[in-house]
Order: sequence, then C-alpha cells, then structure tokens
Amino acid sequence: MRNQDRIKAVLTLSPSIILIGLFVYGFIGNTFWISLTDWGGVAALAVNPVKNYAGFTNYIDLFTGFLGGGFRQDLVNAVYYSVMLLAGAIGVGMFLAVMLDSKPKGEAFFRTVFLYPMSLSFIVSGTIWRWMLSPQGGVNILPEYAGLQPFTFRWLSSTGSILEFNWQNLLEIAIYLVSAVLLIIGLRLFAKTPRQSLLWLIPGIALGLFAWLGGEMLPKALFMEETHGFNKATFGIILATIWQYSGYTMALYLAGFTGISQDLRDAAMLDGATTASYYRHIALPMVKPITISAVIILSHISLKMFDLIFAMTGPDNGQTGHPALNMYLTTFRANDFARGAAIAIILFLIAGTFIIPYLVSSYRQRRGKP
Amino acid sequence: MRLRLSFTTVALYGVLALLALGYLLPAYLTIITALKLPADISLPQSWQLPPTLNYASFTDAFTLLRPNIVNSVILTVSATLLSTVLGSLNGYVFSKWKFPGSELIFTLFLFGMFIPYQVILIPLFQTLRAMNLYGGLPGLILAHVVYGLPITTLIFRNFYAQIPDALMESASLDGAGFFRTYTRIIFPLSIPGFVVTSLWQFTQIWNEFLWGICLTRHTSYPITVGLAQLAGGQAVSWNLPMAGSILAALPVLLIYIVLGRYFIRGLLAGSVKE
Repeated sequence: MRNQDRIKAVLTLSPSIILIGLFVYGFIGNTFWISLTDWGGVAALAVNPVKNYAGFTNYIDLFTGFLGGGFRQDLVNAVYYSVMLLAGAIGVGMFLAVMLDSKPKGEAFFRTVFLYPMSLSFIVSGTIWRWMLSPQGGVNILPEYAGLQPFTFRWLSSTGSILEFNWQNLLEIAIYLVSAVLLIIGLRLFAKTPRQSLLWLIPGIALGLFAWLGGEMLPKALFMEETHGFNKATFGIILATIWQYSGYTMALYLAGFTGISQDLRDAAMLDGATTASYYRHIALPMVKPITISAVIILSHISLKMFDLIFAMTGPDNGQTGHPALNMYLTTFRANDFARGAAIAIILFLIAGTFIIPYLVSSYRQRRGKP
Repeated sequence: MRLRLSFTTVALYGVLALLALGYLLPAYLTIITALKLPADISLPQSWQLPPTLNYASFTDAFTLLRPNIVNSVILTVSATLLSTVLGSLNGYVFSKWKFPGSELIFTLFLFGMFIPYQVILIPLFQTLRAMNLYGGLPGLILAHVVYGLPITTLIFRNFYAQIPDALMESASLDGAGFFRTYTRIIFPLSIPGFVVTSLWQFTQIWNEFLWGICLTRHTSYPITVGLAQLAGGQAVSWNLPMAGSILAALPVLLIYIVLGRYFIRGLLAGSVKE
C-alpha cells in the first residue's frame, strides 16, 4: 500500500519533471548549441533552417568584433544598472522598513503606498515614467512649485556618459577587480585569523602589482580604442526601477524585522542601545539572509529589464540599451538567431553566477534539516 | 528627553509623508493626464488639475484595447488555474511524499524561476512553431504554465510543510492512500495557499510582456503588448496612453489593495527562504 502510494507520488510529479526538464534544461542546452552555429540570415525562418557549426565565433565577435560595440555598451549598461538598482532599492527599502518598524500611526497606509508600484507591469510604469521624465515637464518642473529653478537634466535623452573606461584594457580591469576582491576578503579576515588572511592578501597584492606593472603588456581585448561608460540617459530608467522595487525590499525587511523577538529588542534597549545601534548591530545582521535574497531577486530583475526599457525609451535607443533588449532585436528583428542565442547565453551565465551558489546553499540547508 | 522624543516623532512623520507623496506623484500625474482634453495637455502645465474633465479617453482607450483585454483575461485565468493546480500537487509530493532525490529535483525546479527567459526564448519559439501553437493564446498559456511551475510548487511546498505530519499519519492509519489524503485532508486546508498562489500567478501573467510580444501574432496580443503599441511612437497625445495604463493596471491594483495581505505572502514566498 505504502509503496504503491510512493509510486503514485512520483507519477504525479513526473509530468512536471518532464516539462521542466525539457523547457528549462533542454532549451538552455539547445540555445547553447544554437549559439555555436551560424543560424541566421534570409532563410532563418525556413522550416528546416541551415545551421553550420561555427565554434565560438559569435562570442568572440560580440566581445572583440568590430560590430559588437553596441552589445559591449549594453553589457556595461547592464552592470551599472544592476549596481545602481541594488544600492538604490536596498538602501531606500531598508530606510522605509526601519521607519515603519517603529509602528507609526497609519503604518498599513504607508506600507500600501510604498508597495503599490510593485504590482504594476513594467509597461505601465514605463509609460507613466516616460511622461514623468519629459524634458520640460513632470519631475523637471517640480522645483518650480517650491520657488526654485527647474531641473534641466534630460533624463532619457542625454548622450554623455561618466565613469568611462577603454574596452581594450578589459583584461587589466578584470585582474584589478579580482585583486580588489581578494584584498577585501583578506582584510576582513585579518583581525580574526591573521595567518589565513595572508592566503587571500598575498595573491591579491601580487595580482594588483602584476596588473599595475605589467598591464601594458597584457593582450588588448580589441584592436582599436573603444570607450564605454555609464550612460547618463539610463538614470531615468534606474529611478523608475527604484520607485517600483524599493517597496519590495521594504516588505522583505519588514517581515524580517517583525520576526525578531520583542524581548531581544527590549533587552538591547535596556543595555543602553540607541535605535541606530540596535539596527546596526542587532537587527540588520539578523536579517542578512533577507539581504541575500533581495540581492538575488533584484539582480535577476535588472538582468531582464527588457519591458521597462522597451516602454520608456523604445527598443532602438542605443544609449539605454540592455543585452536583454539586444537579444530580442538581434533574434526577432535581424533574424540572427545564432548571435541572439549567444547573447542569451551570456545573460544566463551572468545570472548563474548569482543564482547557482544561492540555490546550492539553500539545497544544503534543506538537506541538513531532519 | 520628552522634547527630543517628540522631535524624532515629528521628523519621522514628516519624512514618511514626504516619501508617500513622492511615491504617489506618478499615480496623480497619470490620473489627471488621463482626465484632460488633449488640447489641455502641455508640459509646463503637466501637474495642474484638468480645467475640464474629459472621460472620453477611457472609453477610447477601452475600445482600442478591448481585444487585448479579452486575450489577457483568457490567458491569465487559464494559465493561473492550470499552474496553480499543478503546483499544489507538486508541493504535496515535495513536502509530504519525499523520496530519495526529491530535494535535488525541487532545487532543479527552483532554478527555472531564476533564469533570464531570453535563454529559452529561441527554442520555445521553435517548439511552438513546430507544434503549430505559435501566434495564438494556447502556446502562450503553455509557456506560462510551464515556467510558472517553479514558483507555484515552491509556495505550496512551503505551505504544506506547516501541516503537521501527524495528520498524514492518521490518514494513513485510516487507510487513505495518496490521492484520498490529498482530496480529504490536504486540499481542504489549502484554500489560503490557493489564494496566495493564484493571486501571484495572476499578477505575473497579467503583467508579462516578453513572451506576449515574441510568441503571439497581432490578434492574440495581451494587454501589455497592446498598451506598448498604444503608447509607442513619438507623436502621442498623452491622455490615451495614461488612460490605457490605468485600464491595464486596474485588475492588479485592485487585487493588491483588496487582498494585499495575500499578495505580500506570495511576494515573500518568492524569496525561497521559508
């Protein structure tokens, strides 16, 4: 009886296992295969399109090719988007949560107001914010109501960029980044276990020195100079995303703060903790898993910013491009399926670096439980 | 001491009120713009109340978007229903009928929730074409059901984990098998789980855009694609897109305001941790 039930359980699950296996894992494999071919061109939509194996040509073209400049800027945009969105949404969300955690009157009202943008679709919020950020109206003329000069910033149509770097030096920059990460880990460990921290510090210093002294000799990622930076036109999109998602991080943190027992808070206050030090030393460290979740989910969102950009600046705006959008245009407008697949795989690998460790650790945690 | 306390209280409410105002500004601007006559809409006056109220934008936008709204209702209701029922059964197995490897399979399911959907778009497009499902609603429904499975399974699994195993044991002592335990014990206790999951799926599917634009033809466009077309282009008069935005946002906003508690539970469930 019991065994028969077990079989029934597995059989109930099997349609979903097959669907997920095929539609998630099979399709990812298929996209990877497509990215290694030359599928594209006029006959791309034929019933049996011609696909020849082309190795990693598509990837090499995207990163070092003459025509890949647009994609490289999109990739840089995506990195800046992610960083700004993470900082903005987590910062604002945490601030809102700390304020609402003191249970002011009308807490439910405020929570509703801060969270409602999250229920809207990106197309709705993008349409609204395109109007909000018009050059001579909306946000820009708000200061006039306080008797000040209007803003003149062109939120969605600026063409300048800041924090520029030369793509040729990509390898050098990557080494600096790795070295910085090693140094930060090393310095954090230094107080606790000086000896172990050397294992991080020495390679960090060595790599940093190597890039500093030998950077000139490193192979160039590109045959010509090509600068990329943080396009100012993307500020508007980041602002809209923070408006939409800070309420979400607020809700996450509020749930975390509510989970901390009142006794603990009272005890801390009795010991003379101020509100600020309570959050800094007790509450925020306790909700660290929530911060991790928020980072994962927000970076996932910033990697699929497709809809919002589509609605705010249109699909063809080079200044505010994003790999997710580029993939759509390359695949469905230019019919270059192989190149589109390569962009998709790059997006997937970036997402994977966040998500796989997260899922592995949550799996270990679940298995650890009896 | 008392003075300082009241100062922080005043500051707290001041900051909260200011922020709330800021969060509501886009909604205010949308509503007043939708109510203006096209001739009254100009950038320098964008914050001013409409001089004459004009409700015609709503009826115009509704006429334009009606086919899309009908498509989205069919799509959302059927995909929500299917993915929720499947998620409930999966969650039941994953929490109450664990077998060797079930945790691993569950983790592999969750992965499907976090992938950027661009990475499955081309094979999905090809498969739907091969199955003759490209362009219409059935294909879109299939996509939403399959890729909805991870989140619905996750919510139900965590929900059923709270149901004590003792209930399961007593059911098995009474001779109830796999399906009878589900229909007699688990399902009747699942109503809140169904509410949370279906609300979450409803909002996600209603708001989805990428598949709508890549996998359907003109006649099957969902509301998001319809709105993007209504609002796209340079020479738009803003009353129509704003009225359209309100129409597209209304179902999900109503859910959020009336059933916010359940909406937040779905949202928290999406962050994997129990």
